[in-house]
Amino acid sequence: MKELLRKREFTLLVIIAFVLVLIVIRVPAFLEMENVLRIVNDTSILIMVSLGQLAIIVTGGIDLSVGSIIAFSGMAASMLNQYHPDISVFIVLLVGIGVGTGLGMFNALIIAFGKVPPIIATLGTLSVFRGFTFVLSKGQWVTAHEMTEKYMNLPHGHFLGLTNLIWFGIIVSLLMYGFMRYTRTGREVYAIGGNKTAALFVGVSEKKIQFVVYTLMGILAGLAGVMWTARFAAAVNETAIGFELQTVAACVLGGVSIAGGSGTVVGVVLGALFLGIITNALPVVKLSPFYQMGLQGVVVLGAMVVNSLSAKREEKRLLERRLD
Amino acid sequence: MSQPMLRLEKISKYFPGIKALDDVHLVLHPGEVHALVGENGAGKSTLVKIITGVYQPTNGKIYYKGEELDFANALEAQKHGIAAIHQEASMFPELSVTENIFMGHHIKHRGRIDWKEMRNHTAALLERMDLNINPSTTVKNLSTAERHMVEIAKALSIDADLVIMDEPTSALSLREIEDLYKIIRQLKDAGKAVLFISHKFDEIFEICDKYTVFRDGKYIGEGPVEKSALDKIITMMVGRSLDQMFPKAEVKITDPILEVKNFTRTGYFKDISFTLRKGEILGFFGLVGAGRTEIMRALFGIDKASSGEVVFKGKQVAIHNPKTAMKLGIVYIPEDRHEQGAIQDMSITHNITLPVIDELSPLGITRKAAEQETVQKYGTLMEIKAASWDVALNTLSGGNQQKVVIAKWLATHPKVLIMDEPTKGIDVATKAAVHRFVSSMAEKGLAVILVSSELPEIEGMSDRIIVMHEGRVTAEYERGQVDSETIIRAATGNLKEQSA
Repeated sequence: MKELLRKREFTLLVIIAFVLVLIVIRVPAFLEMENVLRIVNDTSILIMVSLGQLAIIVTGGIDLSVGSIIAFSGMAASMLNQYHPDISVFIVLLVGIGVGTGLGMFNALIIAFGKVPPIIATLGTLSVFRGFTFVLSKGQWVTAHEMTEKYMNLPHGHFLGLTNLIWFGIIVSLLMYGFMRYTRTGREVYAIGGNKTAALFVGVSEKKIQFVVYTLMGILAGLAGVMWTARFAAAVNETAIGFELQTVAACVLGGVSIAGGSGTVVGVVLGALFLGIITNALPVVKLSPFYQMGLQGVVVLGAMVVNSLSAKREEKRLLERRLD
Repeated sequence: MSQPMLRLEKISKYFPGIKALDDVHLVLHPGEVHALVGENGAGKSTLVKIITGVYQPTNGKIYYKGEELDFANALEAQKHGIAAIHQEASMFPELSVTENIFMGHHIKHRGRIDWKEMRNHTAALLERMDLNINPSTTVKNLSTAERHMVEIAKALSIDADLVIMDEPTSALSLREIEDLYKIIRQLKDAGKAVLFISHKFDEIFEICDKYTVFRDGKYIGEGPVEKSALDKIITMMVGRSLDQMFPKAEVKITDPILEVKNFTRTGYFKDISFTLRKGEILGFFGLVGAGRTEIMRALFGIDKASSGEVVFKGKQVAIHNPKTAMKLGIVYIPEDRHEQGAIQDMSITHNITLPVIDELSPLGITRKAAEQETVQKYGTLMEIKAASWDVALNTLSGGNQQKVVIAKWLATHPKVLIMDEPTKGIDVATKAAVHRFVSSMAEKGLAVILVSSELPEIEGMSDRIIVMHEGRVTAEYERGQVDSETIIRAATGNLKEQSA
């Protein structure tokens, strides 16, 4: 029980419950099924991309280019749909994912083989990929009446009472859970982030792991790009600007250590949901949306302070126990 | 006699599980160069850290110029005129020589930093030391030896009354060592006190007036440095009560498994050749920096050797990375378990199974049952004490962490086990467990290389001892063939003196 109380995921769950209670006191309708599903639906893209960010941060890296990957792959898929409306949307979806994968691999190459620190490499590609988006679209948008009904229905369609988008979020979460917990490569991701030297000593290849996580991020961001443009029925050049920070925020809230080596899928999903709840609650509790960004920042900073303070306390507790 | 510059009385320093210093004392007079001698782990560095205020003693008193002092931090000690030159230069590579030298005690003029004055001081200081270095040079552009000399200049710049030099010559060339001697003599003539820590007897005999010997954190003896003192010092360094039992079992040594021929890595070790047989424990003794760890790293494929060959089971092999070495059955348990062995955030299970995660994960998916079986087997074998195999490594004591690191290598079914300082920094009980384990591995027919700086451990555990000094093998002995003194002589490069 004590172990459970110390778990980060549990703390976050309690905080989420507390915030929900506060909101429900003011707006009882907030917890109605319809609204809950709407929040989950709104948050699904953030969950998917944050899980990619999780794997990267666990290795000790970061990917700042995700917003641009989403924009480019979303634009590519939308334009394919615009100019070749007869091509099956599944092919379009695959092309979007493929484009994202390619961009992710590009990051991976620069980081793993070019030996560029991830924060610098992805800061560079953040501009590069966004620039490509403008070049590809020639500055034009793809709007709702230029997309096919089927394309726009990709996220909105229903299956067993849930939207396709929610299903995608669930499937990605389960796959990532399995990957991080039950695969050899997942284990090596934690090893590289936990102690690079020790990992190298047992023959774990840093290059391989870096290649895997940045490419994985490309896959997820590509999927997110298609979902994003289809959901909002518009592919614009500014799609997902600043989104990378939300994914990092979801990770931090979920207890992922920025130094690498620790973090869980469950934590990140909860972290993303927490951000989603706050975003959705603001208009409901009649707070101006102008507060949204600032409030998000406050929440993340608060989480960071709690994180490092509790890490200090934990360390002290361990040291005391070791002396016995 | 004059009042001592520094007097340490009954100083003790305890760390969890270890007595680093136990009731030691030391007296240092003005105008005296005093050698502090002892094997690795004798407590010399801890003492330096206590004198310079980095550590606070658990017990005991420090008198400096007759006053009882108690430094809260290193800056306070510096303000009192105590300067230390550390083994590894602690410099700011991106700053200039001047900035490095005056870090923490800038010369100010009406509240503003007086750069011109500081540059002039630096130039004068460097000239006094016969150093041809521009004060404005960025430190990262200096050679290692030059950096060391700047470090020494830094100590002089605060006009210290007590200068502590911890292995100051390890990075210097002969000419620079001469310069250093000159500076030390200048300090001596100016009535300063110098505490000189070195492994090199020729230096101690060249420059020191008195010596104090520490062993295992205890004060052993002191005396004036004179011609006849060498034997006495060496005896004091190694002579110990043989209360430590080594459970070395008699094992039949069979076929050679690993042959290393003319193994060289430029700048680290040269022309190393040896043969390792099944069931044998081969001890590598030497002082820190003798090149032992570097040989093992190259054997394990972490670093690349410049030349030489490695023959494993009669076949010449090329080992370019740890994976290859592990596939052959060679494993290397590194010295620094925190840096190189343990992954603190991971559970015991995940730490132990990491080297064999390939085998435990058919099709890439880790089999939980197989994983648990492995951990149960090797965790029990190593007597790891933990509430469960799933707790994170950082909840364990140092000794238990060490056991986890060893267990993880055992899981790879090694044929050759290389252990680098396996008992460094762990408590006596765990030490004994590690020794039992090493012996049992040899009994099982494994070939073991034991790298250690603790002579009793080497003597107690090895079938054969290879002694290294400055990157070369200086001697090879069978078990019990020679006494401890001879081994120490070989390790310090003093073998010839004795035979002469």
